[in-house]
Order: sequence, then C-alpha cells, then structure tokens
Amino acid sequence: MDPLLPLPYRVTAVRQDTHDTTSLDLEPVGTAIPEPQPGQFTMLYAFGVGEAPISVSAAPVNGAPLVHTVRNVGAVSNAITRLRVGQELGVRGPYGTAWPVEAADGQDILFVAGGLGLAPLRPAVRHVLANRERYGRVALLYGTRGPEDLLYRDELTEWRRMLDVEIEVTVDRADRTWRGAVGVVTTLIPRVGCDPAHTTALVCGPEVMMRFSIQALQAAGLPYERTYVSLERSMKCGVGLCGRCQFGADFICKQGAVMRYDRIAHVFTVREI
Amino acid sequence: MSAARVARPGATLLGLDGLQALIEALEARGYDVIGPVEHDGAINYGHISGVADLPAGRTDRQEAGTYRLEDRSDDALFGYAVGPQSWKRFLHRPVETLFRVRRMGEELAFDPPREPAKRTAFIGVRACELAAIAIQDRVFQEGAHVNTEYAARRAQTFLVAVNCGDPSAACFCTSMDTGPRADSGYDIALTELMDGRHEFLAEPGTDAGAALLAYLPTRRAGEADWAAAEAVTERASANMTRHMPGKGLKEALQGNPEHPHWDVVANRCLACANCTLVCPTCFCTTIEDRSDLDGQGAERVRRWDSCFTRDFSYVHGGSVRTQTRSRYRQWMTHKLAHWWDQFGTSGCVGCGRCIAWCPVGIDITAEAAAFMEGENGNT
Amino acid sequence: METLESIVLAQEFFAGLDPEIGKFIAGCARNHHFEPDTYLFHEGEPAREFYLVRHGDVALEISLPGRKTHILSTMHDGEIVGASWLVPPYRWNADARAQSHVRAIGFDAECLRDKCEEDPRTGYQLLKRFATVMVNRLQAGHMQLLDLYGQPKRD
Repeated sequence: MDPLLPLPYRVTAVRQDTHDTTSLDLEPVGTAIPEPQPGQFTMLYAFGVGEAPISVSAAPVNGAPLVHTVRNVGAVSNAITRLRVGQELGVRGPYGTAWPVEAADGQDILFVAGGLGLAPLRPAVRHVLANRERYGRVALLYGTRGPEDLLYRDELTEWRRMLDVEIEVTVDRADRTWRGAVGVVTTLIPRVGCDPAHTTALVCGPEVMMRFSIQALQAAGLPYERTYVSLERSMKCGVGLCGRCQFGADFICKQGAVMRYDRIAHVFTVREI
Repeated sequence: MSAARVARPGATLLGLDGLQALIEALEARGYDVIGPVEHDGAINYGHISGVADLPAGRTDRQEAGTYRLEDRSDDALFGYAVGPQSWKRFLHRPVETLFRVRRMGEELAFDPPREPAKRTAFIGVRACELAAIAIQDRVFQEGAHVNTEYAARRAQTFLVAVNCGDPSAACFCTSMDTGPRADSGYDIALTELMDGRHEFLAEPGTDAGAALLAYLPTRRAGEADWAAAEAVTERASANMTRHMPGKGLKEALQGNPEHPHWDVVANRCLACANCTLVCPTCFCTTIEDRSDLDGQGAERVRRWDSCFTRDFSYVHGGSVRTQTRSRYRQWMTHKLAHWWDQFGTSGCVGCGRCIAWCPVGIDITAEAAAFMEGENGNT
Repeated sequence: METLESIVLAQEFFAGLDPEIGKFIAGCARNHHFEPDTYLFHEGEPAREFYLVRHGDVALEISLPGRKTHILSTMHDGEIVGASWLVPPYRWNADARAQSHVRAIGFDAECLRDKCEEDPRTGYQLLKRFATVMVNRLQAGHMQLLDLYGQPKRD
C-alpha cells in the first residue's frame, strides 16, 4: 500500500485553546494508526487542501482519543482548525523519533516548552507523571507570548496540584491582571536550578527559543548528550521519500523530529543549513 | 580499470538483425520498448520499434554549458555519451497521481489507483545510468517506507545496457567507480563492435536476459570478440578528461558550511534547477492535493521538485534557505557527502549532465576540487 | 541571631564577596517588607535605594497612556531590582510593584556610589555583579522583542 495513503479519522471534539490554536479529538473510522510514542507526529490531511505534519499532543491510550493541537498558520492548518465535530480528515503515521522517556529512567526531568512547543511535549509529560516513581525531580518550564496564549490551563493547574511536580510558567508580555512571572522562558532555567549530573532536558518550541534555552542549560552545566530538542523543517511525505526535510545529513522525518543535541550541535547553529 | 576478463558463459554476438529481433521480441512479449532517439537537437529516450529509430552515426559534443549533436564518421548506433534525460523519468515519474479521495457528506474515502505497472524495456542504458538506477532503488525501496509506485514499475523493467565507447568531455564515471563498463544490474549488456564489422557482443546478466538471448539469431563469441569489447571500454576510460576528487571530499564539504567558496559558486548559480532535472539520482518531490470543482472529489499528485527553489525549504513564516548560496550548498553537499551517510554510496554517478546542462557551466568536479584545495592548503 | 550582615553575605548575588567589602555593603542596607500591590519605586523618582528580593515577586511596569499598564518583566527570589541607581541621572525609568508579599533588602544608592568612587575594589566587585545581571537582562529583553511565539508573517 502506498505509504502516502491516509486513514480516515473522525473529529469527535473541538476545543478552541487560544485565538489561533485549536485542539481536535480524533477517532479512527476503520483501521487505527499504530499507537504514537511521545514526540511522534502524524500527517493530517484536510480534504482537497493538503497535508501538514502535526505532533501528537495526546496518545489514544485506554480508550482516549488521538489529540492534535493545531495552530492556524497556513492553508492546511486553517482547514484543519475549521473542522467540525463529525467531519473526517486523513491521518498517516505515526512518524519520527520519540522523546527519551525510557532512556531517561532514574533521571531528573526538565521540560522546557515555548509556545506551541508544549503540545509535542505533553505526551512525554503525561508519560513521566503516569510513571512518576521511575524518575527523580520533575519540572516543567513553560513560556508563551501572553496569558491569553497559555495552552492546557486546566491540565497545568492539575499538574501543579501534584506535590512532587514543579510547574513554572512565564509570559513574554502581560498587563497587571497577570499575577505570574513575565520574561522569556530561559530566565526560568537558572531560577529553577538543576542537578546537571542527573538531569535530562527535553526542549521544544520555536528554533530561536530552543537555541537560547540550550545556551542557558549549558550554562547550568547540562551536557549536550542529555539535552533533547524537537526540530521542524518543510515536510511533504513524512516517510523519507520526498527529500525536503533534510537537516544536514539527517531527515527530520526519520532521524527526528526529536533529536539528541550533541548529534546535531555542529549543524544547528549554521545559518540556512 | 579491469584486467583481462574471462569470457562470461552465454556471451554471444548479435548482428544488426539480431538487435532488431531483440527489440521486436520484447514488443511481442508486451514490453514498452524505450531507447535513444534524436529529438529537438538532443538524444532523448522515447519509444522505439526498431533499429531504424536509433541515432545512427550521431554523437554528442559536450562541455560545461554546452551540448551539440554532430555526425560521426561511422554508423554507430550508440556512438554518443548521454543525453539530457535519464531513465529516471520512466521509473520515478515527473508527475504521478497517487490516489483519489471521495467525499460523501462528512465521510472521506481514499481510493488507491488500480492501474497496474506496464512492462517496460530500456535499450541503451549506460553503466553510469545502471549505477543511478541502483541508487534510486536504494532510496525508494530500502527504507522503512517504500515508494510503491516506483517499486511496481521497477519490477516490470527489463534493462539492456550498452557499454560506453565515447564518453563526452563532461563525463567522469571512472573516478566515481560507476563505469564505463557495466558490471551488473542489467538483464543484457551489449558492446557495439565497429572494428571492421557492425556487431554487438551480448552478455546476459540475469536468467531473463539469458532466456531472451536464447531466442535471438546469435553466434558464439570468441576471445577476439572479448578483446574487441574490452578495447571499447578501455578506450572510454582512457578518454575520460574530468575527475572527481575521492578521499576527503565528504569531510571537506560537511566540515565547511561557511567556506568562502560557496559565495564564489553562488555568484554564478542562477538557481534554475536544471542540474536537479537532468541528474539521474535527484529524487526530491512535492505533493499537491487538488480538489475537483464540485468539491466532492480530490486527488493527490506527486511532482518532481528541486532543492533550488525558494519554496522548497518553506516552513511557516519563511524559507530556511533564502539565499542561492545555501541552496547550492545543500545540493552539492547532499549529492557528494550526506548521501554516503544516508544511503551508503555517493549520490553522484559521474554522468556529467549537470556540467553540460548548467546554463552558466558550473562544473561540479571543479567545485569539489576547490573545496579540497582549501582543505589541503590549511596545514 | 541572624544579622543583616550575615543575611546579605548569604545572598547568591554576593557569593564570593570579600567579607570586608560585604560588611561595608551591609552597612548601607536595611530590611523592607512590601504588601501586595504596593510599590518599591515609581518611574521618574530619584533612585535612592536598589533592592535584592529575599522572597516574593516584583513586577517592573510601564504605564502607557490610554493603554493598560504593561509588565516588562518580573523579578523573584534572589534577584536584583533596579540598576538605574548606577548611571546618571539616577532616576527610575519604570515602576516596580510587589505582586505578592515581598521581603527585600534595600541598599542606599548614594552611600554605595560614594564608596565605589573612593574604593575601586568595592566598585569593581559591585559593578562586576551588576554587569552580569544587566547583560543577562538585556539578552532576555532582546528575546522578548523577537516575539518568538507570535504569528509569523509570510515572506
């Protein structure tokens, strides 16, 4: 079967997260895709418009739906965010590499999320919290544009209530109705501190934000071998056949999107690579 | 290059009538027979029904940014190097409909195409082209996900190689270890012998090739015929004028993304994408989803694309590679360096097409040498 | 009993400071407590004291006529509030509001400025630490300017 052939999925719920971001609950019409690992993405097809690679923001485990959080940034994402309950779209995947939730067993976990970057991290956060005893200290640092852009507020509040999880949130801009921190997410890193010998950091957000976060993590003593990022490049096929998503010698759809930073450090800072 | 070779079992001699019979036999077996034809001032690949369609007595004079056809002093049928096209467009189609989608109310149905692959025979495949086909076989068939359309067509393809005796000045297969002699990957390999006769030494490469040869009017080949065939490809090797640097090239390219020479090349490159179109191994594509006017049907189409276009690297907000410099760097580094990491071989087969068909005559072998010189100069 | 001097010297900001210098700096210091939504200082006021937050959250704000008051950034436990005391005309260019109960140490700006002039060693130790804070804040401010999470405009 052609690897580009999607499976039909039905929208069972739509939630407007922010002014430009929507979460969709999806259920398979017939055959389901294999269970996505935290960090993997699917190609979502909007009828007649096209496909876009979207990270899975919640895996369909224990009867729960497949969830995708989609930001309206182009024709395809626009079409997807306008879908209503009962309508169908195509799903292919899951593709790509996973966050190292298994490899980081026994470690302190530091999640650093910027903007929509919290969506691909959420399955990893859920996995870690569902297996809390396997990890040391767990902290999530989340920065976004403003209080109105915060994703998953209810879930963040729920996580905060867990006494052994640290949730630190900051925004780039706010007015006085916001009683929390204001400043870029990297300022949270020295504030929260970490034990560099026993910490694994999972970083996701706009590429510039990841660049600065990596610098801040390195300043805190964290080695590149325990720093993971999730990258994005132009993608059409998602299966290593169209050649577009190359990043140096790696295909983001095969060796990524989640990549261990020491393996790509030499490429990451080259302009227009 | 090759030492004196022992005659391969089953090797025979085919006359012109034998070649005609070969083409007719393939057609009779339901094959679409594709071969070299002179068209629009170039030797391109198209349908042939017999020897009369072949570019007899014609050769190509190629240099950086130049391609001209000229008359030969003999009637050789395959007396040229390579034309602008490769066999790529028959196996990895420039435009291909992958499937259709039907919308019925809220539901979607995806219909895979039902058209089975046609049997196709390629006559006149050069050694470098066999290498290119092998490279695309690996790209499309040996990953976790297979290009099923390519695989289906490939399985139905019969390859008749023709060994090269007249490389062009743009050729450099010897330094890429892909020719001029076809070693494997063919069903039948022919060498055109013009030493006072006009015959072909025919070697079977597969059981299917041997079976077909058995039906044709052939006679046994002897040591002298083997020597004559060897002389053809040895002459080709001796006449090779361009060479690609070997050892150290991958590191020189991957290790120098900010080398000043990228700017030098970029100043000449027009980002016209010709090189990617003529290259037999370039495989990048784009996907287009087109809906019918009535909104009830749509289709997904895969089309050739090129890393030289600005949109190729577009992510929301803008392109990653805005400058020509970055795109040339991507193409060359991928072709000559990253390909090794990805697929275990070089992506280049030394066919010289990118050199001849570049409108400003950029020579990939000269550019590679420039990067190597930079490395050697730094002690 | 914990003296102000020992509290000052224990702050991360003063880590590694020569105890003699630390003693002098502590001599220019006093404890403060701010109720939520009270101000540490206002824009335009002379910069008489800068603060080191012991516990709590402080918002640096700018009020824009006709628009909502805008929070530029926030400072938290162990962080410095106020650098304008170092450079002429020694006036605050933003408001600093306690978002929560804030316990802070206030340092007499004029006293410290005079001492820095008189004793370069003290001057260097203070300025070295302030330079780090200011460079980090500038870099963070640049990132805020980039509007990293904003909607990208099509090229």
